[in-house]
Amino acid sequence: MSHSTSPLSVAVFAVFVFITLGLSFYLGRRTRGAKGYFAAGGQIPWFVNGVAFAGDYLSAASFLGICGMIAFYGYDGFLYSIGYLAGWVVALFVVAEPLRRLGKYTFADALDARFQSRGIKLAAAISTLAVSIFYLIPQMVGAGVLIQPLLGLPHWAGVVIVGAVVVIIVVTAGMASTTWVQFLKGSLLLIFSTILTILILNRGFRVNDDPAALEPQTVVQTASGEHLVNGSATGQLRPVGDVVKLPGDVKETGPVGPLEFFSVINQSEIVLWSSSTKTDEQGTKTITYQPEVTPGEEVLRPGKSPTFRGLRGDAIYPKIDFLSLMLALFCGTASLPHILIRYYTVKDETAARKSTVVGIATIGFFYVLTLYMGLGAMTSGAIDVSDTNMAAPLLARTFGEALFAVISAIAFTTVLGTVAGLIVASSGAVVHDLISAVSVKPFTDHEKVRLGKIAAACVGVVAIILGILFQNFNVSFLVGWAFSVAASANLPALVMLLFWKRTTWQGITAAILVGMASSLAWILLSGESFSKIYGLPAENALVPFSQPGIVTIPLGFIVLVLVSLVTQPKR
Amino acid sequence: MGGFDHGPAEDRTFQPAHISARNARYGLVLFLIYLAFYAGFVLINTFRPQWMDVVPAAGVNLAIWYGFALIVVALLLALVYGHLCRGRAGDEEVPGSSPSGPATEAKP
Repeated sequence: MSHSTSPLSVAVFAVFVFITLGLSFYLGRRTRGAKGYFAAGGQIPWFVNGVAFAGDYLSAASFLGICGMIAFYGYDGFLYSIGYLAGWVVALFVVAEPLRRLGKYTFADALDARFQSRGIKLAAAISTLAVSIFYLIPQMVGAGVLIQPLLGLPHWAGVVIVGAVVVIIVVTAGMASTTWVQFLKGSLLLIFSTILTILILNRGFRVNDDPAALEPQTVVQTASGEHLVNGSATGQLRPVGDVVKLPGDVKETGPVGPLEFFSVINQSEIVLWSSSTKTDEQGTKTITYQPEVTPGEEVLRPGKSPTFRGLRGDAIYPKIDFLSLMLALFCGTASLPHILIRYYTVKDETAARKSTVVGIATIGFFYVLTLYMGLGAMTSGAIDVSDTNMAAPLLARTFGEALFAVISAIAFTTVLGTVAGLIVASSGAVVHDLISAVSVKPFTDHEKVRLGKIAAACVGVVAIILGILFQNFNVSFLVGWAFSVAASANLPALVMLLFWKRTTWQGITAAILVGMASSLAWILLSGESFSKIYGLPAENALVPFSQPGIVTIPLGFIVLVLVSLVTQPKR
Repeated sequence: MGGFDHGPAEDRTFQPAHISARNARYGLVLFLIYLAFYAGFVLINTFRPQWMDVVPAAGVNLAIWYGFALIVVALLLALVYGHLCRGRAGDEEVPGSSPSGPATEAKP
């Protein structure tokens, strides 16, 4: 399916980039000192910080990935929405106030407040960099995916543009510009997602009784380089997303209410698509997209997607895999370094608490909207059967080119906001934790800021390179990695520091390193890595399921307790 | 615009230790309530997914009702927490640079 570039899209995109950069240069002149650069001086108003939480957290995976998954498989994508939101409860009730009280610049500050240990700083810095890099890759890949239909540029150009803009944002004013860009992005995302949902409800549903809607589609790539789509060298994939039967056999419903929306889908029949790839002996690769008329009640229940199909079976490992994922999502949010450092941008514990409440309200509201936008895309007749990530922007296009341009530009700022937060977290970890752990002389405020800017530029370049190298990688897979590694490495250390008085610096250091190494090792030895990275049969995997959290999060707690017990200071 | 000025932070003020401890207790109780609600959702989906097909009201199935409820309850508990932790008479802030966290120990 081709996506034509419109001048309006290019103009809106340019305006967004111009505003973002203008804001950064303006704030850059007002930012002073290391505290100003790394934590916005601790002077961000709590409401702004709360919306910025949403701007930081609602990444490309949330907006493009979840909407796309719901559009293709129904309710299963919403399971991610629920898990991502539930994690904020841990952040608010367990982590927010103590973290603000104990820390200054980085997540390691809080862990280290009691011990002043280089070991903790070093371990926490490595963990921060590992989690941030895993989180950065899918964002950069998402940028490339967006730029192709929006500006007609190749994938690498999208990655380079995002990388360059983000490095400018971060280098000019650090956390201050990052926060205001995230506030802008969070606000726009909520406003336009609400508008899109209202338009979906107002349009209602319409039956597509064209028989072509139920014909399979093919893409053939021969060894000689010939490219055939639906049997033609000039062919295009047909847009999909059709309702073939509505309740009462009506042809269209007209406007529907928020609950009636689900009730109608529950009693309808919808065309879902699956794909299979075959390569013959001559090297000809054929991708076949197969339609399947699906009862609406199956669309609105868990277990339709390949990821969660095991929920409807009897095998135990797919069920443990699901439990493990939901545990990692629940525990991961409060362990993500780029989220944790946002607590240092407000003045005190009360502001930290209030901003988290605002964050939960805005993020929760957005995740409710994802179900409407995803199902709206599923029934819009406009989605690209070969690209799940474009479901939300293509849904917007059915309401006019202007909305498509704005939604695409917002999706782009979604990437900008999250990547900026990750780069600030990484550069802070490099300067305050990594370098200070190995350096013998303390740095001046000015030197810290200069080093932070250099680190931000370096991380930006690394992110650009990885974003290009991982072009064809499953982005949600990598976000899952980041959550699992963050939860396994960081949460045991944070929770035990706050709630167990016998915790020692050796216990914290060991828990971070073991949690990080074990979760990474588990992921690399899993069936998903075998099939998607190494090209080997998933059955050869060395661990029985892919999501490590259910094993490695408890392991982090056990290691911390055992090491702390054997390293108790003599009194 | 005051919110745009990002100079070095002023000296921080901290809640008294007993206020922090009280807030932590509230947080722990509310966390456990939500954990039970979330665990129920995850366990039903894992071991009794057919229960999610039941349509209890308004033509909407349990999967959607429970999912929306998890989001709404998170917000309600957050508001309850905010209300419980609000400042009261005698909750004066303590200026200074020593946070009311765990006592500092000798470094290794």
